[in-house]
Formats: sequence, structure tokens, C-alpha cells
Amino acid sequence: MVMNTPEDDPFIDRPAKVQIENVSYWYGDQLRLRNISLDIPANAITTLIGPTGGGKSTLLRLINRLNDLLEDTRMVGRILLDGQDIYAPEVNVSELRRRVGIVFALPLPLPGTVRENVLYGPKLAGVRDPTRLEEILVRSLKQAALWDEVKDRLDEPSNALSGGQQQRLCIARSLAMEPEVLLLDEPTSGLDPISTGKVEESLFALKKHYTIIMVPHSIQQAARVADYAAFFLGGELVEHQPGRNIFTAPRDKRTEDYITGRFG
Amino acid sequence: MLKGDLTTRTKTYQSEAVIESLIRVLGFSTIGFVVLIFLFLLRQGMPFFFQVPWANFLGTRWYPTFGLFGTLPLILGSILVTLTAIVIALPLGLATAVFVREVAPNWAREVLKPLIEVLAGIPSVVLGFFGMNIVAPLVRTTLDVPTGLTAFTGAIILAYMALPTIVSVAEDALDAVPKSYRDAGLALGATKWQVIWRVVVPAARSGIVVAVMLGLGRAIGETMAVMMVTGNAARMPLTLDSLFRPVRTMTATIAAEMGEVAQGSVHFQALFGIGIILFVLTFLINLAAARPIFQKRRRGGLR
Repeated sequence: MVMNTPEDDPFIDRPAKVQIENVSYWYGDQLRLRNISLDIPANAITTLIGPTGGGKSTLLRLINRLNDLLEDTRMVGRILLDGQDIYAPEVNVSELRRRVGIVFALPLPLPGTVRENVLYGPKLAGVRDPTRLEEILVRSLKQAALWDEVKDRLDEPSNALSGGQQQRLCIARSLAMEPEVLLLDEPTSGLDPISTGKVEESLFALKKHYTIIMVPHSIQQAARVADYAAFFLGGELVEHQPGRNIFTAPRDKRTEDYITGRFG
Repeated sequence: MLKGDLTTRTKTYQSEAVIESLIRVLGFSTIGFVVLIFLFLLRQGMPFFFQVPWANFLGTRWYPTFGLFGTLPLILGSILVTLTAIVIALPLGLATAVFVREVAPNWAREVLKPLIEVLAGIPSVVLGFFGMNIVAPLVRTTLDVPTGLTAFTGAIILAYMALPTIVSVAEDALDAVPKSYRDAGLALGATKWQVIWRVVVPAARSGIVVAVMLGLGRAIGETMAVMMVTGNAARMPLTLDSLFRPVRTMTATIAAEMGEVAQGSVHFQALFGIGIILFVLTFLINLAAARPIFQKRRRGGLR
């Protein structure tokens, strides 16, 4: 893999929020990730691109330890959040997941009303004060670009919302925890172009406060939002570069083939 | 020939039509049998409601030999025993289901599931025998009551009988909660227990209600075990200590008296009248169970 130099990588001097160090991951005896090392810059949108099965979602789920419950898996290497190993035995997994939120490809509203969905995490974390909860509710829904559409429907069941609204509700639910890192696994795959636009707009606003790692649902989306991009192929990290570079001047032939649509 | 005239009726077409009509006949005949049973019950039992004045059959005393047919103590007896049984069985059953589905390791689940289903096959007379010889003396000595044959003893035995139904239906309901809900809960920083109690169980709520209702249906119709352990005294269970006194249920009354009654007599009709009341009660329970589920389905919400 070609190494980046300070000239073409403005992020190289920025402190990394998440550091992935020599991570390999097996599911059964199948190698899913092969020796991945990647520094993810703070307050930027990093996109993981590549054809399906390349290991993007797997890596995403490793960053907040959602794969812990899967049986018959093995991981070597380290993942650091602010320099701290998240797989160290003394780490409180619930606390980690509060700092690293995730939004899945399919909208997964929990049973209950819009309000209950957004406040689910804060209530679990022990927030009881009603004014504080109300603040969180309004802030999260505004950040997810959903407030105007649901402000009069807060007590309706969450599954009465449209698919696009449900997805933004799930984003709001993650934001309610004020995570430092937000993992997005194809968050707009089920959305129409208008909702997609709204979500992308809110991402631009969010990156001021959060570190966003996203598996985009198309190359075009990656090109629109990526500050930084990493290309995965068959469990390997082929190259990573600032977004503007990877799409205009890919260094690796395989990246170029993928971006120009020759495979994947 | 693979393609024929659009109007050709092929062999497959005909056999499908035969199979379809066969299934239709079978399906409708099931409904037909239920209707016939109900009509028979009505024919035998309805005269009772016309021959005996309201004040009599809604009275509090059941002494058929003196012409007193007060069904109220029997109805209340059934309700008392059944509800108490559910109060005992619901937490136990739900906890067992959660354990089997969410906590137990795979090998334990493989062993426990069939075992629990086998429990449902124990004949009620065996459970009744167990109740008379083990549970009743235990109730008498620990609670210091005159007799161990009480509503409470019956409720314990009934709870035990309803448990396998509740556990296996509730377990299926928990199993049907999509894995994605669990992920969503975990992703918000919930612990395993928080996910179970605040995500999985609420999501399986309608299935758990069905489990309870099926258990309730099994409990209210149960006869033999209840007859053996409740003491069969047709008294009004109105005071607080009624739970620890003998009662008599509708089913036990029918079973105990049907053998000795003259066919066609008022007493005979009265027993069928009780049967009608039981049928209506069971029907109402099932209706109540079905309502929340149908409403949910219509809203296109959770399962």
C-alpha cells in the first residue's frame, strides 16, 4: 500500500479519534478482515467504500463491539478510541457504545412512540429530569432533520412514520446519546433522494461536533460527503486518502477500476 | 407440448381444483362441528334459563335437590381459581421462557424445550393425585387451615398445568423478535438484561398476551385435577380468606353431577346451562385475547 505524505493528506497531522491497528478478523475459519490499519480523523466524515463483502460493515461493527455476541469469531490487533484500547478487559462495553453510536442500513425503530425511541438511550443511561429529557428530544430530532415533520406527532407509534422518517428517527436516537463517534452503515439505502439529501445535509452540520464513519450506499454519495475515504476489497484495505484525492487521483489500479465502475 | 391454447385445462389444473375443494370442505367442516356442538349445548341447556326464574339461577345457593340452582358461586369459584392460577403461572412462565430463550446455553435449550412440552402431556388425573397427596397436606400445614383442599391448592395445580403452554408460546414469541431489535438496543448502550426487559419482552408483548390467554383457556376448562383438589363446596368466595377455603368450579360441578342426574330433568338442563355459561366465558376470553393482536395487525405495526 502506498503511504500518504503530508502534502496530499491534510488529515495526517490531525489527531486520530479512532485508530485501527493491524486488525484481522475471522468468522469461523473465514478471514473477513486482513491486517487493517487506519487512522480516522476527528470531526470529519470518513467513508468506507468498496464492493459488498469487502469487510466495511464488519469493521464498523467492531468499532463499537457489536460483534461481541457472535459466536465463533476471532479478532487480533487493536482498536483505540482516544488512545484507549476498546477491547481491553476493563472496558465497560455499555459505556463504549454510548460514546460510539451506530445507525444501521434498515430503519429499526423500537416498539413505542417517537418520543420513547429518542429518549430510550438517555433513560437507560439514567437521565430522569423531564426538562433535560425534553431538551435532548428536541435537539436530537432537529439534528437529524426530523423535528419539523414530527413535532406534532411525538406520541404516535414510531412505525406510523414513513421509511425515511424512521431512518432519521434512528439517527436521532443515536444522537440523543451525544456519541463522540457516529457509525453509519448505509444509512440512506432505503431513502428517497429528498430524504437522502436531508440526511447528508445534517451530516455536514454534525461533523463539527462528531467524528463520523460511514459506509455510503453509493460512490456518488461517498464523493458528496467524504472528507476522507478508505477503499476495501475482499477484506483488505487497498488505499486511504482524503476524499477529494481518492475520487480524482486514485493511486491503486483496483481503486480506479472500482470508482470508474469497472467492477463492484 | 409445453404451451397450449389459453383455455386448455391441463391435468395439473384439474387436480389442483380437486385439492382446493377438498381443503375447503375440511376447513368448513371444522367450523361446522364447533357450530353443531354449540347448537347441541343450546338445545339441552337453554330450557333451564326459561324454566328457572332469574332470581334462582343468579342466586348464591346451588342445592339442586331442593330446586336451588344458584350458579353464581360456581362461576365465581371458576374465576377465582383460574385467575389465581394465572397470577402464579405468568411470572414463572415468562421467566422460564426468557431463561430458555435468552440466557440458557444452546445445549440446555435443546434439552429444556422438549422437556417443557412433555410436561403438557401429563394426564390431569395424575396431577390431581399429586395435588391431593402432596400439595394439599403442604397447604394445610404451612397455612394452618382446616383443610388443604382449597381454591389456592387448585390454583397451584392449574398454574402448573398452564405453565408448559405459557412457556412454549411465550418462548416462540421471544424467538420471533428480530435480532435487529437486540442490536438496536445494544447499540444504545443497553446491557443484556436491559435489552431483554426493555426491548425484547415489550416487542413480544402481543405473543405473551396470547400465551397467557391460551394458558387461561386451558385453566378455566380444566376439570379433573380441579375437582380433586378444590374441596368442591359450592360456597360464595366473597371474603378475603376464600382463597384458602374450599370452592367449587363450573367444570367440577358438571363432571361430578352429570352421572347421577335424570335425563331431561331441570337439574340435567341446569348442568348444560352451566356448560353454556362456560362456553360464553371462554369465548369472551379468546375474544379479549384476539382484540389487541388484530388491532396491531391492522395498524401494520409489530407482529
